[in-house]
Parts: sequence; C-alpha cells; structure tokens
Amino acid sequence: MTVTDLVSYEDALASYDPVMGLEVHVELGTKTKMFCGCSTELKQDANSQTCPVCLGLPGALPVVNEIGVESAIKIGLALNCEIAEWCRFARKNYFYPDMPKNFQTSQYDEPIAFNGYLDVQLEDGEIFRVQIERAHMEEDTGKSTHVGGATGRIHGASHSLLDYNRAGIPLIEIVTKPIEGAGARAPEVAKAYVAELRELIKALGVSEARMEMGQMRCDVNLSLRPHGREEFGTRSETKNVNSLRSVERAARFEIQRHAAVLSSGGTIVQETRHFHEEDGSTTAGRIKDNAEDYRYFPEPDLVPVAPAREWVEELRKGLPELPRLRRARLKEEWGVTEHDMQSILNAGAVDLIVATTEEGAPSDQARKWWMGELARNANETGRGLDELPITPAQVARVAALVAAGDLNDKLARQVIEGVLAGEGDPDTVVEKRGLKVVSDEGALSTAVDEAIAGNAAIADKIRGGKVAAAGALVGAVMKATRGQADAARVRELILEKLGVEG
Amino acid sequence: MTDISAIIKLTAAEIAGKIASGELTAVEVTEAHLARIDAVDEKVHAFLHIDREGALAQARAVDAKREAGEKLGPLAGVPLALKDIFTTKDMPTTVGSKILEGWVPPYDATLTQKLRAADVVILGKTNMDEFAMGSSTENSAYGPTGNPWDLTRIPGGSGGGSSAALASYEAPLAIGTDTGGSIRQPAAVTGTVGVKPTYGGVSRYGMVAFSSSLDQGGPCARTVLDAALLHEAIAGHDPLDSTSIDAPVPPVVEAARNGSVQGMRVGVVKQFRGEGYQAGVLQRFDESVELLKSLGATVVELDCPSFDLALSAYYLIAPSECSSNLARFDAMRYGLRVGDDGTKSAEDVTALTREAGFGDEVKRRIILGTYALSSGYYDAYYGSAQKVRTLITQDFAKAFEQVDVIVSPTTPTTAFPIGERADDPMAMYLADLCTIPTNLAGNSAMSLPCGLAPEDGLPVGLQIIAPAMKDDRLYKVGAAVEAAFVEKWGHPLLEEAPSL
Repeated sequence: MTVTDLVSYEDALASYDPVMGLEVHVELGTKTKMFCGCSTELKQDANSQTCPVCLGLPGALPVVNEIGVESAIKIGLALNCEIAEWCRFARKNYFYPDMPKNFQTSQYDEPIAFNGYLDVQLEDGEIFRVQIERAHMEEDTGKSTHVGGATGRIHGASHSLLDYNRAGIPLIEIVTKPIEGAGARAPEVAKAYVAELRELIKALGVSEARMEMGQMRCDVNLSLRPHGREEFGTRSETKNVNSLRSVERAARFEIQRHAAVLSSGGTIVQETRHFHEEDGSTTAGRIKDNAEDYRYFPEPDLVPVAPAREWVEELRKGLPELPRLRRARLKEEWGVTEHDMQSILNAGAVDLIVATTEEGAPSDQARKWWMGELARNANETGRGLDELPITPAQVARVAALVAAGDLNDKLARQVIEGVLAGEGDPDTVVEKRGLKVVSDEGALSTAVDEAIAGNAAIADKIRGGKVAAAGALVGAVMKATRGQADAARVRELILEKLGVEG
Repeated sequence: MTDISAIIKLTAAEIAGKIASGELTAVEVTEAHLARIDAVDEKVHAFLHIDREGALAQARAVDAKREAGEKLGPLAGVPLALKDIFTTKDMPTTVGSKILEGWVPPYDATLTQKLRAADVVILGKTNMDEFAMGSSTENSAYGPTGNPWDLTRIPGGSGGGSSAALASYEAPLAIGTDTGGSIRQPAAVTGTVGVKPTYGGVSRYGMVAFSSSLDQGGPCARTVLDAALLHEAIAGHDPLDSTSIDAPVPPVVEAARNGSVQGMRVGVVKQFRGEGYQAGVLQRFDESVELLKSLGATVVELDCPSFDLALSAYYLIAPSECSSNLARFDAMRYGLRVGDDGTKSAEDVTALTREAGFGDEVKRRIILGTYALSSGYYDAYYGSAQKVRTLITQDFAKAFEQVDVIVSPTTPTTAFPIGERADDPMAMYLADLCTIPTNLAGNSAMSLPCGLAPEDGLPVGLQIIAPAMKDDRLYKVGAAVEAAFVEKWGHPLLEEAPSL
C-alpha cells in the first residue's frame, strides 16, 4: 500500500471547507425479493434462492413487491419527503457478471420520494439538519467471490464464483443533498446522520439495518473548497463504509488527504476509494469521470407506480415516533444525562430497556442490568446486546426478585450468568443453583450467633459503639451462608443481638 | 378416416370436433401431421425442433381423456407449431440464435402452459429471424424457411416458420409473436391468418424479449375461426406479467362465429398507400374495400399524418429496448460460451461469445439501440421516438372516433425472393410499413388473405385494425370478409397453392 500524504486535521480545516454527500443503501427486510417470490433469507446455500426472474433467464419478467413499495414510502415519509404521485422504474445498463440481466432495475429521474430532511443530534446536543435529495427503489446484485488471488479482489484471482441469492433483494437508496456548513464537525455529522438513519429504519420496522451484515451500506462523497468559495471541489467517493465509526474515520481521512493534495498544488481525481478498517485509510479504486453512461430508460416490463394519496396518508398516520424525539422523551422520563442517553444509544440498548420497563422493571434497574452486566458480557463475547440469549422479560424478573429481597445483587448476577449460559429462565436458575437469599430467621439467627461467638473481639468493639465494625461480622455470616443471606437483614440481627442501635 | 392428405387439410375446429365425436383419434391426427412434416419439411424448413414423442404422448393423453368420458376443450388434440421464442421445459428454445443453441429452459412460458392446459398437441418449435428481428426468416442462425407458394421466396418474418407450417399443412395452428408485424406480414405472404392481439392481451412471461413495450404473442391459423379459438386459449391476465391487462378476454370466438360488417364504419388511411406498394397488392386491397361496401359497411377516408414517422420511431425504440434486453446473453449462466480456456477474463469470454453467437442484424440493432440511449443522444433519439409514439396513439384515437375498424394492405408487396433484400436492411424494414403503427399504439390487428396478386400469383394480405381490447371486431369483420371471399373463389385461397 502506498503511503498517503496527509495534513493535520486542524490545518486542513483552517484552509478548507468540506462538503459531503452521503449515499446509503438499505436492504429491506421483506420476506421475498423485489421482483420475484424468492426468499430473502441470508446465509443460505449459494444459488439456492433463485428463480428464472432473479437469474434473468430469457423470457422471465419482473413483478413489483408491494411491501417493497410500502417500505420505500414509509422511509420517504419519515424523512419528510414528498411522495411521487406517479413514478417509474428505470433500467441502469452496465455489464457485470454478478448482475443477471446486465442492467439493474432501479429508478432514475422519477424517484418514489424526494426533497426531504433528517434532523440529527450531535454529541453536544446540537441539532443539524441534513437535506435529503431522494430515496429510490432498486434491486441488489448477486455476489462475486474471487478465488486464488492474495487480496480477495478480482486482480490476481484464478476464477470467480457467483452467488445470485442476493440478486433482486430490495434496496432503498437514500441520497443526501450536499451537506454544507458542518465545518470541522463534518465527520461527526456524517456519523450522526447514518446513526440516526439506522435508528429510523429500525423504528419503521422495514429493515434490521445491521451494518455488519451489509444490510445498510454507506458511500461517503467528499470534496473540499477554499473558505469563501461557492463552487464545489472535485469529490472522491469512498465506497461501502460499513460501520458508524468507519463513516466518521473515512470522512476525516479524506478531508486530510484532499487537503494534502490541494495544498501541494495537486488536483483531486474523481474516483472511488476503498476504505480500510485496519488503519482508517482509503486507497484509490476506479476512475469515475462524468462520461460513465448507464443509458437509463424507463423499464418497459413494469407498469408505473402510482401510490394512492389515501394510502400514503394512512401510512403517514401509522409512522412511529421519530427516534430522536423518542430518545428525548425517554431521557426525560428516565432522568438521565445526554451523555448517558448517547451511551445507551451507542450500546443499542434503548429498545431493550424500554421493553424491560414494559415488563414491569423500574427504568433504573433495567438500565443498570443492560448497561452493566449484560453490556459487559456482550462486549466480551463479541455479540450485540439484542443477540444475547436473555429477554427483557427475564431481566425484569431478575429485577423483581431483587426488589422482593429474594436475591441480592451478587446472586442476581449469578442468575443472569445462568440464564446466559442456557440454564433456563431466572426462576429455574435460582432453583437449580440454590441461589435464594436465606430468609429463614432461625437459620440466620444461628449463623449470626456463630459469627459473634467466633469473633469475640470484633463483637466487643461493636458493643463498645464501633458500629462500623459490624461489616466484618456481616461478611462472616455471608461467607457461612455462601452469600445467600440478605446482608441488610444480617446487619440488623447482629446489632440487635449486641444491643446496639443501628 | 385415416387418409393423411384429408386429415392435414382439416381446420382446427373440424379436427377438435372429429376427435370429440370419436371419428378421429388425437394420435391419428398427430401421426398424420408428423408424417406430413417428414414428407415436406426438408424442403420447407419450418421447424427447428420436432418433438415426436412429446406430441404423441400428449395425443394419447387426450384420447385417454375422451375414453374416460371427460369433457374435451375446444382445441383438445389439435396439433400446433410453436414459435421458438416461447420457453418450453421439454424442448430447446433457441430464438433462432446460435447464442442459445441447445438451451432447454427450466420453465414453461405462461403461453406454453396455457396450450398444455388446453390439451393442444405441440408438434415442435418453428424457425424465425434471430430474436424476431427481420421480415423474411433469413436472419435465422439455422437457415431460411421457404414459402410453400414458392420455395425460392421468403415466408415472411420473423414468424416465417409458423406461417410456412400452416401453408404447407404441417400444422393447422401456430403461435407467432408480433413486434412490428412478425405475425401479420408472414400471414399475408403465405395466404394464412394471423392476429396481433392488443398489447397486454396475451402474457409475455416466458417469451424471450426483443422489444418489451412492443412484443405481443398471438394466434396463427388457416381460418378466422381457428385463430379465434386459439386466441381465446392463450389470452387472459397473467400475474407474472405486470403489463398484462387484467380484464376479460374480448369475445373473439363469438365474433368469429357471427361475422358481419353490416352498418360498420371502416376507415381507409391515406398514409397506407403510395410509392413502394406493388400494383397487384393495391388492386386486391381496393377490391376488398369494395367488397366491404357491398357487405354493408360504410367506408371513411382517414388522415393519420404521424404514421409516416412510425418506421423511424420504431427503429429507435425497438433497438433501444433490445440493446438492454439482450445484454443478459453474456455466456455466464446459460447458452453459448466461447473462448473459456482458463486464460481469458470474463469480459473477453463475453465479447467472444457475443461475437460468435449473434448474427449481423442482431448486432446492428444492439449497436443502434446502444447509441440511441447514450447520454447526449437520448433526447434526440429515444425521447423523440417516444413523442412520435404518443402522436401515433393520438392519431389512432381520433380515427377510432370516426370508424369501428381500419383496413389496409398488410404489407406493401407479395413474398420477395430469398436473398433479394438480405443485404439491404432499409428495403427489408419497409415490409413492416403498415403493421408497425399498431405495435407502437398497442392496439389489435389481423391479416387475412384477400387474393393473389395478378402479376406474380402470390397471396396478398388484408390488414384489419381495431382499438385496444376490441380484438373481437377483427374477428367479426374478418369472418365476414373470409366468408365472402371463399364464396367468390369457390374455395379457400390456400387451395390454389402448388402442392409440395
């Protein structure tokens, strides 16, 4: 890899003003593909989910997936877009072996949704409005695997394998207008936009939007212009940036790279760039001049899409609360700081905490478990919080057991560990591991008596008024009961027996 | 009744009647037609593939149904020649191209399924201009087809195999597709009947695309009634084809059984006449107009100025769509693959395959269409052509305010000699002068025989054009004209064809 010259971020921003354009592809979570009845399930045997239509066999014809259109309209509405009264699909013609028809059925100058915006919240609470150019429907391509080369890229490969399971999966492409005026915060805006868009898509229920699974992919277009100039500079297009952190890093890297090129009197080449997770750098892809000609024309095999206004209004009424507003409401209800809320969001815990409170747990308890013990476990095992084998109802049950005094915190952690280990629901784990707090007063009383007898010196200190020393006796009782006693009650008993006021 | 020469001259309606009554078995009928194919197809070359076993199995199934007392459909046991553009699970589908040589599709076209469901016996697949591009069937990668009236002449195109199969009595029914006249012009030059239904009337699912917005499958036969019976069997809404019309099939069979032009207004368009039209063709056409008057029709002269632009618009729209539709033939998934020796890139293999697999006319149209869609040219070419298309549709709409149907010659000349226009694409394109406006507007039209041109003794076709979804009018008028001509001639026109 060639070493790229960079200037410092601060120097870059001192001389130049960044302009960004973000293109996000979202794979819809429809059960079937955009133009045929094949399943969209991921990770199936290669080419097992194909038919004459998505293989582009001679004679086969597409039929539009209604749910795909509905999802596109929902996304458009949530992005404050106008919804086309009449629009068509178009063919984007280019050759590539993983594209069965050698044209992609997409939309061109008649997108289903256009002229919208999305307000995103930056880390300090500032709201930045990102203008949306359009959201349009299209189909995904198949997948090429290049075999025999060192890099996995086609260069140097001996042959390629083609899997068409992904061909025809519905995609929505969401394109922003040029994002201007973000200045030094451009990378942060990019990240916040993609994060907010992901939350929005999830809230709409149209896709799981898992970036790590390729269900949401982002291209970052970036250019610099000297301060005070209207005209945009030449842009680069960094393709397939597939995590929130990477979006921010890619934008930052490109700002520094462009500035280095421009400051040394060079010119930016209009090209695609590959992003590298390891070091956050980008390298040149293919030259993308404006002569690239996709020969778009209206798809003659499909009839125009003309969503009835009543239907659009019905969909508008059914839209969920916007994620940003919902978070503001929850922050208020939970009484947490902006910073805490951001952490909860980043951990992907908002919905889980809400679900846990809906199962009856107080919000502080729900937060404590999801952001504490469970977040730690998720981190250690490299899973998302929502991938852990524990349900909000189970977490709520643990919280209820603690509240009732049946478990203390230490025992509760063991219960959760048991649930995560697949030992059953919380009550089963308590039962099997024998984790219940010892609340049998007789047994407890004996244990306390034994502890006092065995630690006479400490007992005397307590009698003499050093109430703080009771902790040592509590510890002894807890040890004797293998942690299953209610520590508060133990303390009460000790003081009672020694005739001291707590 | 086992006399082969008698069986093969029966109409489809007669065959179905005799099978239903037990006078003939479907196997006898099928064997008679297979024997006829054996006897003459070496000369005619109507078929690319003959499915002897499949046809006989289907025929036996029909006979078994009858023996079991099941009710038979109106075309049960009737043999049919299927244009090699519809996918068939049990037969190759080549579209007349080397690029699909030997390809057996994994699925049946909707039309194929409907034929099977109607117990029609599919004899085989017929020859055609490659990808339906042509007016003579000379563009087939598998050699030309002869016109049964004169084997040195073309049988029309692209559906020349289907028209020749009918005219040579190899089959009483055939299927064609019509993008710019590929059903009607072959019918005209072989003295048979062909109908282009309203666009969206017959499903395109499984019909290999040439130009998606123009392509339409339809029935071919020797009589108007037979065409109607076949039309009814293959038409109707198909959820697999978004452009298929979700409405009842026009009552075509009823119309064919009740032919009449009494009180109808018939339009004659002044643009369908002039330079390039053979004298004998115009003579027979004028006689047809007189005949219509004598049968009780009123004739109205029409002016449709945009029709003069139809051919130009067609040769931008059809190639544009074809350049995109044919992009999928890239050697990656099916069909021909050339140069895959382990050293060449996918791009090289695609290029070598297309070079070897596509014929000149197909390449010409792909290049033309690619150019017409290119950025900077799109508005001037594809965009302008779409505007012309709108004007033509408007001209038809205005015309149909004044008349019930329009009539014209189907094609300006009779069958020309094989080779005569092969090196002159423009001359070839003129064969579709009268048929193309209908494809651009999406309405329906029929060609049926109206006599022989005096100068060469070859068949002349009369075209009848009706509004969209008024396909029944074609049959009402067609049946009346056919009956009057047969009465005048004393026999069907095809009886005058020389024996092969």
